[in-house]
Amino acid sequence: MKDRLTKWRLLSVFAVLALALSGCGEPFLSTLKPAGDVAKQQYNLMILSTVIMVTVIAVVTVIFVLAITRFRRKKGDENKIPKQVEGSHLLEIIWTVIPIILLLILAVPTVTATFDQANVKDMDKKPKKDGTRDALVVNVRANLYWWEFEYPDYKVMTSQELVVPTDQKVYFNLKASDVKHSFWIPAAGGKMDTNTDNVNKFWLKFDSDKSEEAGNLFYGKCAELCGPSHALMDFKVETKSQDDFKQWISTMQSAKPAAPTDTAAVEGQKLFEQNCLSCHATSPDDSRPEQARLAPNLATFGERSRIAGILDHNEEELKNWIRDPEKYKPGNKMTGTYKQLNEQELDQLAAYLMSLKVEEQ
Amino acid sequence: MSTIAQKRGFASTVWDYLTTVDHKKIAILYLIAGGIFFLMGGVEAMMIRAQLAVPNNDFVSAGLFNELLTMHGTTMIFLAAMPLLLAFMNAIMPLQIGARDVAFPFVNALGFWLFFFGGLFLNLSWFLGGAPDAGWTSYASLSLASEGHGIDFYALGLQISGFGTLMGGINFLVTIINMRAPGMTYMRMPLFTWTTFVASALILFAFPPLTASIFMLTFDRMFGANFFNVAAGGNTIIWEHFFWIFGHPEVYILILPAFGIFSEIFSTFSRKRLFGYSSMVFATVLIGFLGFMVWAHHMFTVGLGPVANAIFAVATMAIAVPTGIKIFNWLLTIWGGSIKFTVPMLYAVAFIPSFVAGGVTGVMQAVAPADYQYHDSYFIVAHFHYVIVGGVVFALLAGTHFYWPKMFGTMLSEKIGKFTFVFFFIGFHLTFFVQHFLGLMGMPRRVWTFLPGQGLDTGNLVSSIGAAFMAVGVISLLINVVITSVKNERVGNDPWEDGRTLEWAISSPAPFYNFKQLPLVRGLDAYWLEKMEGKTTLTPAEPIGDIHMPNSSFVPFVISLGLFIAAFGAMYHVDDKAWALPVLIGGLVITFGAMIYRSLKDDHGFHIHKEELMEENDDKGVKA
Repeated sequence: MKDRLTKWRLLSVFAVLALALSGCGEPFLSTLKPAGDVAKQQYNLMILSTVIMVTVIAVVTVIFVLAITRFRRKKGDENKIPKQVEGSHLLEIIWTVIPIILLLILAVPTVTATFDQANVKDMDKKPKKDGTRDALVVNVRANLYWWEFEYPDYKVMTSQELVVPTDQKVYFNLKASDVKHSFWIPAAGGKMDTNTDNVNKFWLKFDSDKSEEAGNLFYGKCAELCGPSHALMDFKVETKSQDDFKQWISTMQSAKPAAPTDTAAVEGQKLFEQNCLSCHATSPDDSRPEQARLAPNLATFGERSRIAGILDHNEEELKNWIRDPEKYKPGNKMTGTYKQLNEQELDQLAAYLMSLKVEEQ
Repeated sequence: MSTIAQKRGFASTVWDYLTTVDHKKIAILYLIAGGIFFLMGGVEAMMIRAQLAVPNNDFVSAGLFNELLTMHGTTMIFLAAMPLLLAFMNAIMPLQIGARDVAFPFVNALGFWLFFFGGLFLNLSWFLGGAPDAGWTSYASLSLASEGHGIDFYALGLQISGFGTLMGGINFLVTIINMRAPGMTYMRMPLFTWTTFVASALILFAFPPLTASIFMLTFDRMFGANFFNVAAGGNTIIWEHFFWIFGHPEVYILILPAFGIFSEIFSTFSRKRLFGYSSMVFATVLIGFLGFMVWAHHMFTVGLGPVANAIFAVATMAIAVPTGIKIFNWLLTIWGGSIKFTVPMLYAVAFIPSFVAGGVTGVMQAVAPADYQYHDSYFIVAHFHYVIVGGVVFALLAGTHFYWPKMFGTMLSEKIGKFTFVFFFIGFHLTFFVQHFLGLMGMPRRVWTFLPGQGLDTGNLVSSIGAAFMAVGVISLLINVVITSVKNERVGNDPWEDGRTLEWAISSPAPFYNFKQLPLVRGLDAYWLEKMEGKTTLTPAEPIGDIHMPNSSFVPFVISLGLFIAAFGAMYHVDDKAWALPVLIGGLVITFGAMIYRSLKDDHGFHIHKEELMEENDDKGVKA
C-alpha cells in the first residue's frame, strides 16, 4: 500500500508542478508571470533549477520505490539475515561527482545573473550639466506602513503609488526611515531590503506587453516583518509608456496647489490645514527634509487606486479610514495625531482629499 | 515511570527528578519539558493557520499574530526541537558508546534546568504584558522599536536557555572523546553518536555568537547601549550577521542528530549495516563544517553586493553534495535488506522523499537572483518546514517510538502509531506543499492577513486544513503515550529484535549504572556482531568491580532558579521599579552562592559494591 501511496503522491507532485510551471497566480502579483527583464531572468533560473532538481527527485524516487517494494520482509523470511554490505566506492564516486556537475551547471548562470542584476553603474554616471541623468532614478523610502517615491532628477515626490515607464531600466535607491522593510514587486523582480543603515541600489524593468496584461497596475509588497501592519504595507506600481511617463513627470513638475471650488472641499481644505498639513504635503515638489516628511504625500490622492494602500478608493472608505485608522492598519503612526472629526467635517475633508489631483486639473 | 511512582510515592519521585544527575532521567526531563513546549508551539501554529484560513480574517489581532509567529518559531527551535533531540542524545548516546554516564553529570543537570527556566521565563511573557513580536530572528531595528517587555523576555529567556544548551554540547563532546568503552574507536561509533558529536561541536562554535549578540541586544534595550542604534552610530546589519552565523549552524544542530536517528532506524529495520559508513561519517563532518560557511544566504537581499552573494550562493550549493551522499547511502542501506515497516521505519521511509523535497528547494534558494524572489515569501516558509518537519520532527516522532522502550521499558502501540503517522504525514504535505506556490504567487511571509482577489485564497485554506490533520496526528500520539503508560507491558533488552548497537544489549530501561561491566567493542554494530555469533550478551572488557556513581544534587536547580529570578530584576529595572535592582542582585547572589557552595563542598559520590552487583538479576547488566 505504501508504494502505491508514494506513486500517487509523486503523480500529484508532477501534476501540480506542471500546473505551476505553465503559469499560475495573478499577472499583477505572481513571480510566475514575470513582467520584465529581472523577473524573467529570475524566472528562468527558477525553471533551470527546478528541472535539475526534479531530475534528482525522479532518480531518488525510482530507487526509493524499488527499494521499499522489493525488499520488504516477507512471511517466511523472518529469520533471513541479508548480506551485510560495507559500501561501494564506485557508487559513492558516482553520486558525488554527478551532483557536483549538476551544481556547476547551476552555479555558472547564478553567478552571471547575480552580477548582472547588481549592475547599477548607469545610476552613478556623472549628471549632465542641468544636474539630471540619463538613467531614471527613484528614491524609495519605506516607513511604517507607507512608501515614499521621489524622482530626484525631476524634483517630484509621490507616495504609495509608484509610476514608472515601461521598457526601460528603472533604478532604485532604497532605504528605510524607521525599521527595516523590504521592497518587493513580485511580478517585476525580486526584492531588496530597505535598511536603516545604508542605501541599497538595484534596478527593475517593466515590459510593456506584460504590463498591459496586468492592467498597467502591479502590486508591491513589504517583505520584511516590520510591525503589526506589515501585512498591509502594500503599494501599487502604475506603468506608463515612456512618452506618457514624460508627460506625467512634467505635469507633476508644473502642478499647482489645489484650489477647490466646491464649498465642502473648501471647508475640507481648512480642516486639512489645521489637522493634517503638518505631516502630509499636498504638492509634488516637497522640499522639506525627509525627517519632516512624516506622512505620505497626498498630491495625487484623488487619482490613486487604493486608500492607505489597501482599501477601495471611494469617499466612504476614506471616511472610514480617517474615523479610525487603527482599525484598518494597527500600529500606524496616524492614529491620534488629529482631532476627532464629526460627520460633516469628515464629508468635507473627504471631498477635499478626493479633489487632490494632478493629471486632471 | 509509573511503576517507580507507585513504589516510591509522588513527592519522592518529584524530588528524585529535581535532583537527579542520571543522564537517563535527565533525558526524560528533556522529553517532558520539550514535549510540553512542542505542544505550545503547536497550538500557536494552529492559531496562525486559523487566522490565515480565509482572507481578511480577524480571528486574532495583528499584534497578537506577530507574537504568535515569533513564539511559534522561537519555541519550536529552542524549546522543542533542540531539547527533544537532547533528550535522545542523553538517553541513548552514553549507552551507545558503552559509558556509565556523561562526563559531567552535574553539568548535565545544570544544562537541563537552565534550559527549563529560560523557556519558562520566555513563555511567562504571555501573562506579563505580551510576548516578543519581532520574529524568531528578532532583527535589530524592529526588536529595538518593539514596545513593552516582549523582546526583553526573548533576550533574557534565550540567554539563560542558551547557556544550558552550550553546557550540554560541551558535555557530550567530552563524553564522546573520553568515555567510549574499550574497542569503541571513532570509526566504530554508531551514527547517532557521530551526529551527536558533530552537532555538539556545532553548538560549541555556534552558540557564542548568539550569546554575544543577545548580550548586545539586552544592553541596548535595558542598559542604554547603542550597538544596533543607527542614530547613535550603531549598525543593525551586524545583528543579522551574528544571528545567522549562529542560525545557520543551528539548522544543522537540529538536522544532524535527526540524520543519526534515521541512520539507526534504517539499518535496524533493514537488518543491514549502514551502507558506506565511512562516507556517512565524512558527509556528517563536512556538512557541519560547511554549515559555518553559508550564513549569508539568509541575507541575499540585504544588499551585501554581488561578490558576497555569488560566493555564498556557490558555497551553499556545495552542501547539497554531502547531503546527497547521505540520501543515496540510506537508499542503498535498505536496498537488498529485509525491511520491516514498523512505525519508526515508516517515518524513516517517509523522511526520504519529504526531506529531498525540502533539500532541493534549498538548492533552488542558493541561486541568489532567484532567491530575491523566494526570500521572505511563503516559499521559504514551505522550504524550512519541509526540512525541519520532514526532517527533524519526523526524526523526533520516529525516535519517540523507536527509543520509547529503551527509555521507559514499554512499547508504544504500533496501531495507534500508524494512525499518528498517516495523519501527520498527510497533514504535513497538505499544509506545506501548497505554500511553495503561495510564495511564488507573491505572498510574503509573516503576514497577519491577506486581502482577497490576489489568487491566494484556495492555497491558504488547503494549508490550514492540512494543519488540522497534523494536530489530529499529534493528539493521537498523546493518547498512545497515555494508553501505553497505563498498560505498562514490560519488554526485554531488544524489543525490536533487530537492535544492532550497545543500548539494545542491556535491559529496558537500562539499570542506573548502565553497564555492570564495560563491554568490549569488537567492531561496528557491536551487539549485532555478538548476536551473529549466537551470543545474547556483550563481551565484557573488565571483571565485575565497584562502580563509582555521582550523588544527586539540588544545586543545578538552585543555580538556574537564581538566574531566572535575576532576569526579572534586569527586565523591570528599565521601568525604574524600586524592587528591580535588589531582585537582580538577589538572583545573582543565589546563583553565585550556589556555585560557591558546589565548589567548596566536597562530593565524592558513592560506590556500588561488587557484591551488590553480583546479586542483581543477570539480565540487567552485562554477563561474562
